[in-house]
Amino acid sequence: MSQRIESLPVKSILHHKFFQHAVRYGLTILLALLLFAGILLITGNKPIPSYRDLFSATFGSAYGFSEVIVAMIPILLTALAVALPSRIGMINVGGEGQLYLGAIFATFAALAFKDLPGWLVLPIMGLLGILGGALWAFLPAFFRSIGLVNETITTLLMNMIAPKIAGLLVFGYWHSPRETNMTPNFVDAARLPTFFGTRIHLGIVFGLVLLVLFWFVMKKTRWGLEMRSIGGNVQAARRNGIPIAPYMIIVFCISGGIAGLAGMAQVSGFYGLLIPNFSPGYGYMGFLISWLAGGDPLGILLMAFVVSIILTGGNMLQITIGLPYAVINLLLAFTLFVVLAKPVLPKLLKRKTA
Amino acid sequence: MSLLALLGVLSSTIFSGTSLLYATLGEVVTERSGTVNLGLEGVLLISAATGYGVTVSTGNPFLGVLAAMLAGGLSNLVFGYLVITRKANQLASGLAVLFFGYGLSALIGKPFVGKLINSLPRYMIPGPGELPLRYTSLFKFDFLIYLVIPMTFFIWWLLYRTRWGLGLRAVGENAETAYASGRNPGMIKFQALFVGGLLAGLGAAHLSIAFTMNWAEYMTGGRGFIAIALVIFSKWHPIRAIAGVLVFSGAVAFQLLLQVSGVNVSPFLLDMIPFILTLTVLLIWGGTRKHSAPATLGRVYQGTE
Repeated sequence: MSQRIESLPVKSILHHKFFQHAVRYGLTILLALLLFAGILLITGNKPIPSYRDLFSATFGSAYGFSEVIVAMIPILLTALAVALPSRIGMINVGGEGQLYLGAIFATFAALAFKDLPGWLVLPIMGLLGILGGALWAFLPAFFRSIGLVNETITTLLMNMIAPKIAGLLVFGYWHSPRETNMTPNFVDAARLPTFFGTRIHLGIVFGLVLLVLFWFVMKKTRWGLEMRSIGGNVQAARRNGIPIAPYMIIVFCISGGIAGLAGMAQVSGFYGLLIPNFSPGYGYMGFLISWLAGGDPLGILLMAFVVSIILTGGNMLQITIGLPYAVINLLLAFTLFVVLAKPVLPKLLKRKTA
Repeated sequence: MSLLALLGVLSSTIFSGTSLLYATLGEVVTERSGTVNLGLEGVLLISAATGYGVTVSTGNPFLGVLAAMLAGGLSNLVFGYLVITRKANQLASGLAVLFFGYGLSALIGKPFVGKLINSLPRYMIPGPGELPLRYTSLFKFDFLIYLVIPMTFFIWWLLYRTRWGLGLRAVGENAETAYASGRNPGMIKFQALFVGGLLAGLGAAHLSIAFTMNWAEYMTGGRGFIAIALVIFSKWHPIRAIAGVLVFSGAVAFQLLLQVSGVNVSPFLLDMIPFILTLTVLLIWGGTRKHSAPATLGRVYQGTE
């Protein structure tokens, strides 16, 4: 685990780090766009007009930009759900499953308490969403803490189960009278409020507040210190009397809860109903975002933004040039490849900024 | 429930289990060399789409199988470039390959959606030749099914009875020591990935060319992830992988049986059984797991310069 040295004056670090982030991410995206342009050429499309469409669809209008923010909400939260346990050396690949459980629990509340006012039913949905995600994270964390099974594989397997629970409940019990593959629309009281007449909903506030809270806890509190010490050296932490197993379980459950909240925000704020298989891999995207950002809050925000542009732009490319939507995964993959392959880019950057 | 239904379940279990066993074998080989490829699902998708596409365009399913194998091997080499040459994190690279597979397979497969193919020819098993046609048609298998068990033993022989296999396992246990004894860990890891990719390609080819005989986006439906779980289930051993696949396929068969016999259970509930079963077995075997995993699994080999 590489720990960044944070003893320089805060202000210069912010500027420096922000600049570094900006340049690094900028070059990364440029390279990824170049690679994807190759794909566009091979499939007989003109890259430049396609990209012009992509950027005008996301940055060209207030609506387009608001859609980017909407797309960012779930992946911001699932990225946090990965970043938090990574600080104590735990790998949460289960964001996907935890997201589903959060959505399922929240849907239960939305359907069961139809008559309650919004100020009451929304907090219930939020809490149940968190509970659902936390429960789904508890088992892997418990088995890991007693040294039985690695959490990577258990969370992966539980990801496969969670959407089937959603299917079971929706098809079996919750579906609307007309359609069997979705629940009825939630009542207005069970919808998260939206802002500025766009589809941006309160979920973005959850994401940003939790991001700041995450930074604060890690940097300014005793818990953060103890967690970082577990992540740095488990043996040393144990000898210093830090309770490892409780930390593992609690931190993992909290992160599951955050992913669950992402699910709640998605069904309550975005869809307004529950569809089985509603997530196109938000949990895995969160993992990649957190990993790309090295678990750093600011980096998570930036990377989540970049991935959202790709996702939103992909929708548009599908409509205008008729490529299957799944192809946009290639642009995502190329971005990841560029970062993972660490081409001379970082070295180049060091020379520039040093 | 009729005998026919019972045999039908058995037959479709064999068909669906075959691709899984190939993929599991492939992942056993790669993980034995210390590399875990979480993107196996993506590799399977690319292979399935390529194999199907080549079969449609050439009309020859055997060429399709070959192309699928090659596609699997090459995809794994892309992954290898990231984790071996560029020393990137294996989990993150695996997920990157997963998304790469989602995208590339959709692109490759798009022109072939809904096209008909000559599927792999099926041959009768010797024995129940006397039975009426509706029974015997259930026991005509393609060569990939006949090949899968011999292949398992061949992989076992390769890993445990050849110098190459010894070197491969040595790299997985401790790359530095392997290097000190004159082996090239990076090269061996690449070779293991390529062989693993070929096997994954065989599995994917069986899925799209022999079993479902079509192409659809995301058609592998989590088989890649299941294979990764089965590798742990089988304790990184090729022969035990047969048992792993049998347990998993058995659960699928049980689910089909329930449906055939008209028991009124939600298919979603039944779909969960294999995963819950795998999870349970992992927990039961969990205590002894540490001793059988390759010691440096998932760790990045930093080089010994």
